[in-house]
Amino acid sequence: MLTKKVKKRVSFLSLLLISLVLAVFFILKSLTSNILYFKSPTDIQLSQDIVSKKKIRVGGMVKKDSININNEEIKFIITDLKNEIFVSYRGTVPNLFSEGKGVVAEGTLKDKSFFIADRILAKHDEKYMPPELKDLMKKNAK
Amino acid sequence: MFNLINPSRIFYWIEKLINFINSIFFVILIIALTFALILSPPDYLQGDSVRIMYVHVPSAWIGLASFTGIALFSILNFIFKIKNLNLVSKSIAPIGLLFTCLAIITGSLWGQPTWGTWWVWDARITSMVVLLIFYILFILSHKLIEQESKANKVSNLIAIIGLINIPIIRFSVDWWNTLHQPSSIKLDGTSSIHPSMLLPLMLMLLVLLLYCALILLMKYKTEIIRIKKKNIKRI
Repeated sequence: MLTKKVKKRVSFLSLLLISLVLAVFFILKSLTSNILYFKSPTDIQLSQDIVSKKKIRVGGMVKKDSININNEEIKFIITDLKNEIFVSYRGTVPNLFSEGKGVVAEGTLKDKSFFIADRILAKHDEKYMPPELKDLMKKNAK
Repeated sequence: MFNLINPSRIFYWIEKLINFINSIFFVILIIALTFALILSPPDYLQGDSVRIMYVHVPSAWIGLASFTGIALFSILNFIFKIKNLNLVSKSIAPIGLLFTCLAIITGSLWGQPTWGTWWVWDARITSMVVLLIFYILFILSHKLIEQESKANKVSNLIAIIGLINIPIIRFSVDWWNTLHQPSSIKLDGTSSIHPSMLLPLMLMLLVLLLYCALILLMKYKTEIIRIKKKNIKRI
Protein backbone atom coordinates (compact mmCIF):
# COMPACT_ATOMS: atom_id res chain seq x y z
CA MET A 1 0.00 0.00 0.00
CA LEU A 2 2.88 2.36 0.78
CA THR A 3 4.23 2.72 -2.71
CA LYS A 4 6.60 5.44 -3.75
CA LYS A 5 3.75 7.50 -5.17
CA VAL A 6 1.81 7.35 -1.92
CA LYS A 7 4.83 8.45 0.09
CA LYS A 8 5.36 11.35 -2.27
CA ARG A 9 1.75 12.45 -1.87
CA VAL A 10 1.93 12.19 1.91
CA SER A 11 5.01 14.38 2.10
CA PHE A 12 3.51 16.89 -0.34
CA LEU A 13 0.31 17.06 1.68
CA SER A 14 2.05 17.45 5.03
CA LEU A 15 4.20 20.24 3.59
CA LEU A 16 1.10 21.94 2.22
CA LEU A 17 -0.71 21.64 5.55
CA ILE A 18 2.23 22.87 7.61
CA SER A 19 2.77 25.90 5.40
CA LEU A 20 -0.96 26.64 5.46
CA VAL A 21 -1.09 26.46 9.25
CA LEU A 22 1.95 28.71 9.54
CA ALA A 23 0.54 31.22 7.05
CA VAL A 24 -2.83 31.36 8.80
CA PHE A 25 -1.13 31.60 12.18
CA PHE A 26 0.92 34.63 11.18
CA ILE A 27 -2.00 36.31 9.44
CA LEU A 28 -4.17 35.90 12.53
CA LYS A 29 -1.34 36.98 14.80
CA SER A 30 -0.86 40.23 12.92
CA LEU A 31 -4.60 40.86 12.82
CA THR A 32 -5.21 40.20 16.52
CA SER A 33 -6.20 43.75 17.35
CA ASN A 34 -8.81 43.67 14.58
CA ILE A 35 -10.16 40.26 15.53
CA LEU A 36 -10.75 41.23 19.15
CA TYR A 37 -14.40 42.20 19.23
CA PHE A 38 -13.95 44.45 22.25
CA LYS A 39 -11.26 45.81 24.53
CA SER A 40 -11.20 45.38 28.27
CA PRO A 41 -10.80 48.40 30.59
CA THR A 42 -7.24 47.20 31.27
CA ASP A 43 -6.42 47.23 27.53
CA ILE A 44 -7.58 50.84 27.42
CA GLN A 45 -5.54 51.83 30.46
CA LEU A 46 -2.45 50.28 28.92
CA SER A 47 -2.84 51.58 25.37
CA GLN A 48 -0.76 54.61 24.45
CA ASP A 49 -2.45 56.03 21.40
CA ILE A 50 -6.09 56.68 21.97
CA VAL A 51 -7.91 58.53 19.24
CA SER A 52 -10.91 59.94 20.98
CA LYS A 53 -13.03 60.30 17.83
CA LYS A 54 -12.58 56.70 16.74
CA LYS A 55 -15.35 54.23 17.53
CA ILE A 56 -14.31 51.37 19.77
CA ARG A 57 -15.98 48.70 21.85
CA VAL A 58 -15.37 48.15 25.53
CA GLY A 59 -16.42 44.94 27.21
CA GLY A 60 -16.47 43.48 30.67
CA MET A 61 -18.80 43.04 33.59
CA VAL A 62 -21.32 45.60 34.80
CA LYS A 63 -20.13 46.46 38.29
CA LYS A 64 -22.53 45.60 41.12
CA ASP A 65 -24.64 48.56 42.35
CA SER A 66 -23.22 50.87 39.71
CA ILE A 67 -26.23 51.31 37.42
CA ASN A 68 -27.70 54.77 37.72
CA ILE A 69 -30.69 55.74 35.60
CA ASN A 70 -31.93 59.31 35.37
CA ASN A 71 -33.58 61.36 32.61
CA GLU A 72 -33.28 58.52 30.12
CA GLU A 73 -29.57 58.47 30.64
CA ILE A 74 -27.97 55.32 31.98
CA LYS A 75 -24.66 55.45 33.77
CA PHE A 76 -22.78 52.40 34.87
CA ILE A 77 -19.28 51.03 35.37
CA ILE A 78 -17.66 48.34 33.26
CA THR A 79 -15.07 46.39 35.16
CA ASP A 80 -12.70 43.55 34.39
CA LEU A 81 -11.92 43.22 38.11
CA LYS A 82 -8.61 45.06 37.62
CA ASN A 83 -9.60 48.34 36.02
CA GLU A 84 -12.86 50.16 35.60
CA ILE A 85 -14.39 52.55 33.13
CA PHE A 86 -17.41 54.82 33.47
CA VAL A 87 -20.00 54.51 30.74
CA SER A 88 -22.76 56.92 29.89
CA TYR A 89 -25.50 55.88 27.48
CA ARG A 90 -28.80 57.17 26.10
CA GLY A 91 -31.27 54.68 24.68
CA THR A 92 -32.70 51.27 25.30
CA VAL A 93 -30.68 48.43 26.73
CA PRO A 94 -31.15 44.73 25.92
CA ASN A 95 -33.22 42.62 28.30
CA LEU A 96 -30.23 40.77 29.61
CA PHE A 97 -28.39 43.92 30.62
CA SER A 98 -28.02 43.77 34.40
CA GLU A 99 -25.56 44.10 37.24
CA GLY A 100 -22.89 41.46 37.48
CA LYS A 101 -23.45 40.34 33.88
CA GLY A 102 -21.31 40.71 30.78
CA VAL A 103 -21.75 43.74 28.57
CA VAL A 104 -20.21 45.24 25.44
CA ALA A 105 -20.54 48.98 24.84
CA GLU A 106 -19.87 50.59 21.47
CA GLY A 107 -18.98 54.25 21.27
CA THR A 108 -16.19 56.76 21.81
CA LEU A 109 -13.77 57.42 24.64
CA LYS A 110 -13.76 60.81 26.26
CA ASP A 111 -10.70 59.91 28.26
CA LYS A 112 -9.22 56.73 29.63
CA SER A 113 -11.86 56.32 32.29
CA PHE A 114 -14.94 57.82 30.67
CA PHE A 115 -16.77 56.27 27.76
CA ILE A 116 -19.77 57.54 25.83
CA ALA A 117 -21.69 54.62 24.37
CA ASP A 118 -24.16 54.73 21.53
CA ARG A 119 -24.93 51.02 21.54
CA ILE A 120 -25.11 48.47 24.34
CA LEU A 121 -24.97 44.73 23.76
CA ALA A 122 -25.46 42.14 26.48
CA LYS A 123 -22.93 39.33 26.63
CA HIS A 124 -24.37 36.04 27.76
CA ASP A 125 -22.20 33.55 29.63
CA GLU A 126 -22.02 29.82 28.97
CA LYS A 127 -24.20 28.83 31.93
CA TYR A 128 -27.72 27.57 31.40
CA MET A 129 -30.00 26.70 34.29
CA PRO A 130 -33.67 26.73 35.28
CA PRO A 131 -34.96 29.71 37.35
CA GLU A 132 -35.74 27.60 40.45
CA LEU A 133 -32.11 26.62 40.71
CA LYS A 134 -31.02 30.25 40.53
CA ASP A 135 -33.37 31.14 43.40
CA LEU A 136 -31.98 28.25 45.40
CA MET A 137 -28.43 29.44 44.81
CA LYS A 138 -29.35 32.96 45.89
CA LYS A 139 -30.87 31.60 49.09
CA ASN A 140 -27.79 29.56 49.84
CA ALA A 141 -25.57 32.54 49.26
CA LYS A 142 -27.45 34.60 51.83
CA MET B 1 -12.33 -4.42 2.09
CA PHE B 2 -13.74 -2.09 -0.51
CA ASN B 3 -15.52 -4.98 -2.16
CA LEU B 4 -18.11 -4.51 0.52
CA ILE B 5 -18.94 -1.19 -1.02
CA ASN B 6 -19.72 -2.56 -4.41
CA PRO B 7 -22.76 -0.93 -5.97
CA SER B 8 -25.01 -3.93 -6.39
CA ARG B 9 -24.69 -5.15 -2.82
CA ILE B 10 -24.65 -1.76 -1.15
CA PHE B 11 -28.12 -0.98 -2.54
CA TYR B 12 -29.66 -3.67 -0.41
CA TRP B 13 -28.02 -2.36 2.76
CA ILE B 14 -28.84 1.26 2.03
CA GLU B 15 -32.51 0.40 1.51
CA LYS B 16 -32.58 -1.55 4.76
CA LEU B 17 -30.93 1.27 6.73
CA ILE B 18 -33.23 3.93 5.25
CA ASN B 19 -36.27 1.88 6.20
CA PHE B 20 -34.95 1.35 9.70
CA ILE B 21 -34.25 5.05 10.27
CA ASN B 22 -37.63 5.97 8.82
CA SER B 23 -39.35 3.65 11.26
CA ILE B 24 -37.79 5.18 14.38
CA PHE B 25 -37.24 8.77 13.23
CA PHE B 26 -40.64 10.28 13.97
CA VAL B 27 -40.96 8.61 17.36
CA ILE B 28 -37.62 10.04 18.49
CA LEU B 29 -38.45 13.40 16.90
CA ILE B 30 -41.67 13.66 18.88
CA ILE B 31 -39.95 12.65 22.13
CA ALA B 32 -37.14 15.16 21.57
CA LEU B 33 -39.52 17.99 20.66
CA THR B 34 -41.66 17.28 23.72
CA PHE B 35 -38.61 17.59 25.93
CA ALA B 36 -37.24 20.62 24.09
CA LEU B 37 -40.48 22.60 23.85
CA ILE B 38 -42.61 21.51 26.80
CA LEU B 39 -40.84 19.53 29.53
CA SER B 40 -37.57 21.43 29.78
CA PRO B 41 -37.53 24.55 31.97
CA PRO B 42 -36.94 28.08 30.66
CA ASP B 43 -33.55 29.63 31.41
CA TYR B 44 -33.16 31.90 34.44
CA LEU B 45 -31.91 34.76 32.25
CA GLN B 46 -33.01 34.15 28.68
CA GLY B 47 -36.43 32.70 29.44
CA ASP B 48 -37.89 30.68 26.61
CA SER B 49 -35.40 31.79 23.98
CA VAL B 50 -33.04 29.18 25.44
CA ARG B 51 -35.03 26.68 23.37
CA ILE B 52 -33.37 28.03 20.23
CA MET B 53 -30.16 26.49 21.61
CA TYR B 54 -31.60 22.98 21.16
CA VAL B 55 -31.43 23.47 17.39
CA HIS B 56 -28.53 25.92 17.21
CA VAL B 57 -25.87 23.93 19.07
CA PRO B 58 -26.43 20.53 17.38
CA SER B 59 -26.59 22.28 13.98
CA ALA B 60 -23.27 23.98 14.57
CA TRP B 61 -21.70 20.72 15.72
CA ILE B 62 -22.97 18.88 12.66
CA GLY B 63 -21.78 21.69 10.40
CA LEU B 64 -18.29 21.45 11.85
CA ALA B 65 -18.21 17.64 11.96
CA SER B 66 -19.40 17.33 8.36
CA PHE B 67 -16.65 19.57 7.09
CA THR B 68 -14.05 17.73 9.16
CA GLY B 69 -15.32 14.49 7.66
CA ILE B 70 -15.19 15.87 4.12
CA ALA B 71 -11.66 17.17 4.68
CA LEU B 72 -10.41 13.87 6.14
CA PHE B 73 -11.95 11.93 3.25
CA SER B 74 -10.32 14.37 0.86
CA ILE B 75 -6.92 13.78 2.45
CA LEU B 76 -7.38 10.00 2.26
CA ASN B 77 -8.58 10.30 -1.31
CA PHE B 78 -5.66 12.51 -2.24
CA ILE B 79 -3.16 10.01 -0.84
CA PHE B 80 -4.73 6.66 -1.74
CA LYS B 81 -7.02 7.67 -4.63
CA ILE B 82 -10.10 5.90 -3.30
CA LYS B 83 -12.79 7.16 -5.64
CA ASN B 84 -15.60 5.96 -3.42
CA LEU B 85 -14.67 8.57 -0.84
CA ASN B 86 -15.43 11.28 -3.39
CA LEU B 87 -18.98 10.08 -3.57
CA VAL B 88 -19.27 10.08 0.21
CA SER B 89 -17.90 13.59 0.67
CA LYS B 90 -20.03 14.82 -2.23
CA SER B 91 -23.07 13.43 -0.40
CA ILE B 92 -22.09 14.98 2.95
CA ALA B 93 -21.55 18.49 1.59
CA PRO B 94 -25.21 19.60 1.17
CA ILE B 95 -26.01 18.36 4.69
CA GLY B 96 -23.15 20.37 6.13
CA LEU B 97 -24.23 23.43 4.19
CA LEU B 98 -27.80 23.10 5.41
CA PHE B 99 -26.79 22.80 9.07
CA THR B 100 -24.21 25.58 8.91
CA CYS B 101 -26.94 27.85 7.50
CA LEU B 102 -29.30 26.67 10.24
CA ALA B 103 -26.70 27.39 12.93
CA ILE B 104 -26.14 30.91 11.60
CA ILE B 105 -29.84 31.70 11.19
CA THR B 106 -30.89 30.33 14.59
CA GLY B 107 -27.92 32.11 16.15
CA SER B 108 -29.09 35.37 14.64
CA LEU B 109 -32.64 34.77 15.92
CA TRP B 110 -31.21 34.09 19.39
CA GLY B 111 -28.88 37.08 19.29
CA GLN B 112 -31.68 39.60 18.85
CA PRO B 113 -33.45 38.96 22.20
CA THR B 114 -30.26 38.07 24.09
CA TRP B 115 -27.49 40.35 22.90
CA GLY B 116 -29.72 43.03 21.46
CA THR B 117 -28.51 42.66 17.89
CA TRP B 118 -29.12 40.36 14.93
CA TRP B 119 -25.55 40.32 13.74
CA VAL B 120 -22.03 41.20 14.86
CA TRP B 121 -18.72 40.51 13.16
CA ASP B 122 -16.98 38.78 16.05
CA ALA B 123 -14.47 35.97 15.57
CA ARG B 124 -16.88 33.07 16.10
CA ILE B 125 -19.56 34.33 13.76
CA THR B 126 -17.13 35.47 11.08
CA SER B 127 -15.35 32.11 11.07
CA MET B 128 -18.72 30.37 10.75
CA VAL B 129 -19.43 32.50 7.66
CA VAL B 130 -16.02 31.45 6.29
CA LEU B 131 -17.06 27.82 6.82
CA LEU B 132 -20.26 28.54 4.90
CA ILE B 133 -18.22 29.98 2.03
CA PHE B 134 -16.02 26.87 1.97
CA TYR B 135 -19.12 24.66 1.74
CA ILE B 136 -20.46 26.73 -1.13
CA LEU B 137 -17.09 26.58 -2.93
CA PHE B 138 -16.94 22.82 -2.45
CA ILE B 139 -20.41 22.28 -3.87
CA LEU B 140 -19.90 24.77 -6.69
CA SER B 141 -16.68 23.04 -7.73
CA HIS B 142 -18.70 19.88 -8.36
CA LYS B 143 -21.46 21.75 -10.15
CA LEU B 144 -19.36 24.00 -12.35
CA ILE B 145 -16.47 21.77 -13.41
CA GLU B 146 -17.72 19.30 -16.01
CA GLN B 147 -14.80 16.92 -16.04
CA GLU B 148 -15.23 14.69 -13.03
CA SER B 149 -11.60 13.92 -12.17
CA LYS B 150 -10.77 17.62 -12.30
CA ALA B 151 -13.80 18.52 -10.16
CA ASN B 152 -12.71 15.96 -7.58
CA LYS B 153 -9.20 17.36 -7.45
CA VAL B 154 -10.39 20.94 -7.02
CA SER B 155 -12.98 20.05 -4.38
CA ASN B 156 -10.45 17.96 -2.45
CA LEU B 157 -8.08 20.90 -2.37
CA ILE B 158 -10.84 23.24 -1.18
CA ALA B 159 -11.73 20.84 1.62
CA ILE B 160 -8.11 20.42 2.73
CA ILE B 161 -7.54 24.17 2.82
CA GLY B 162 -10.82 24.67 4.65
CA LEU B 163 -9.76 22.23 7.35
CA ILE B 164 -7.57 24.99 8.84
CA ASN B 165 -10.74 26.92 9.61
CA ILE B 166 -12.21 24.21 11.86
CA PRO B 167 -9.89 24.68 14.90
CA ILE B 168 -10.23 28.43 14.40
CA ILE B 169 -14.01 28.17 14.79
CA ARG B 170 -13.70 25.82 17.74
CA PHE B 171 -11.21 27.93 19.68
CA SER B 172 -12.18 31.42 18.48
CA VAL B 173 -14.10 32.01 21.69
CA ASP B 174 -11.07 31.09 23.81
CA TRP B 175 -8.37 32.87 21.81
CA TRP B 176 -10.07 36.22 21.31
CA ASN B 177 -12.64 38.45 22.96
CA THR B 178 -15.90 37.62 21.29
CA LEU B 179 -19.50 38.50 21.92
CA HIS B 180 -20.30 34.82 21.50
CA GLN B 181 -20.06 32.95 24.80
CA PRO B 182 -17.41 30.23 25.34
CA SER B 183 -18.38 26.59 24.86
CA SER B 184 -20.73 25.25 27.50
CA ILE B 185 -19.67 21.68 26.93
CA LYS B 186 -15.91 21.40 27.22
CA LEU B 187 -13.71 18.89 25.46
CA ASP B 188 -13.05 17.09 28.74
CA GLY B 189 -16.77 16.38 29.11
CA THR B 190 -17.73 18.87 31.80
CA SER B 191 -20.74 21.00 31.03
CA SER B 192 -22.19 24.20 32.42
CA ILE B 193 -25.66 23.36 31.14
CA HIS B 194 -28.11 22.10 33.73
CA PRO B 195 -28.98 18.38 33.21
CA SER B 196 -32.64 19.24 32.63
CA MET B 197 -31.51 21.24 29.57
CA LEU B 198 -28.74 18.87 28.54
CA LEU B 199 -31.20 16.03 27.98
CA PRO B 200 -33.28 17.79 25.28
CA LEU B 201 -30.05 19.05 23.71
CA MET B 202 -28.70 15.53 23.35
CA LEU B 203 -32.08 14.22 22.13
CA MET B 204 -32.21 16.93 19.47
CA LEU B 205 -28.64 16.06 18.48
CA LEU B 206 -29.72 12.44 18.04
CA VAL B 207 -32.71 13.47 15.92
CA LEU B 208 -30.64 15.72 13.69
CA LEU B 209 -27.95 13.05 13.33
CA LEU B 210 -30.58 10.53 12.25
CA TYR B 211 -31.88 13.06 9.75
CA CYS B 212 -28.31 13.54 8.45
CA ALA B 213 -27.86 9.79 8.09
CA LEU B 214 -31.12 9.59 6.16
CA ILE B 215 -30.20 12.36 3.73
CA LEU B 216 -26.64 11.02 3.39
CA LEU B 217 -27.84 7.54 2.46
CA MET B 218 -30.33 8.92 -0.06
CA LYS B 219 -27.70 11.19 -1.62
CA TYR B 220 -25.18 8.38 -1.74
CA LYS B 221 -27.71 6.14 -3.46
CA THR B 222 -28.33 8.82 -6.06
CA GLU B 223 -24.61 9.15 -6.71
CA ILE B 224 -24.30 5.40 -7.24
CA ILE B 225 -27.27 5.38 -9.61
CA ARG B 226 -25.61 8.19 -11.55
CA ILE B 227 -22.46 6.10 -11.89
CA LYS B 228 -24.42 3.02 -12.92
CA LYS B 229 -26.07 5.06 -15.64
CA LYS B 230 -22.66 5.76 -17.07
CA ASN B 231 -22.22 1.99 -17.38
CA ILE B 232 -19.27 1.74 -15.09
CA LYS B 233 -19.30 -1.65 -13.42
CA ARG B 234 -17.25 -0.81 -10.35
CA ILE B 235 -16.32 2.34 -8.55
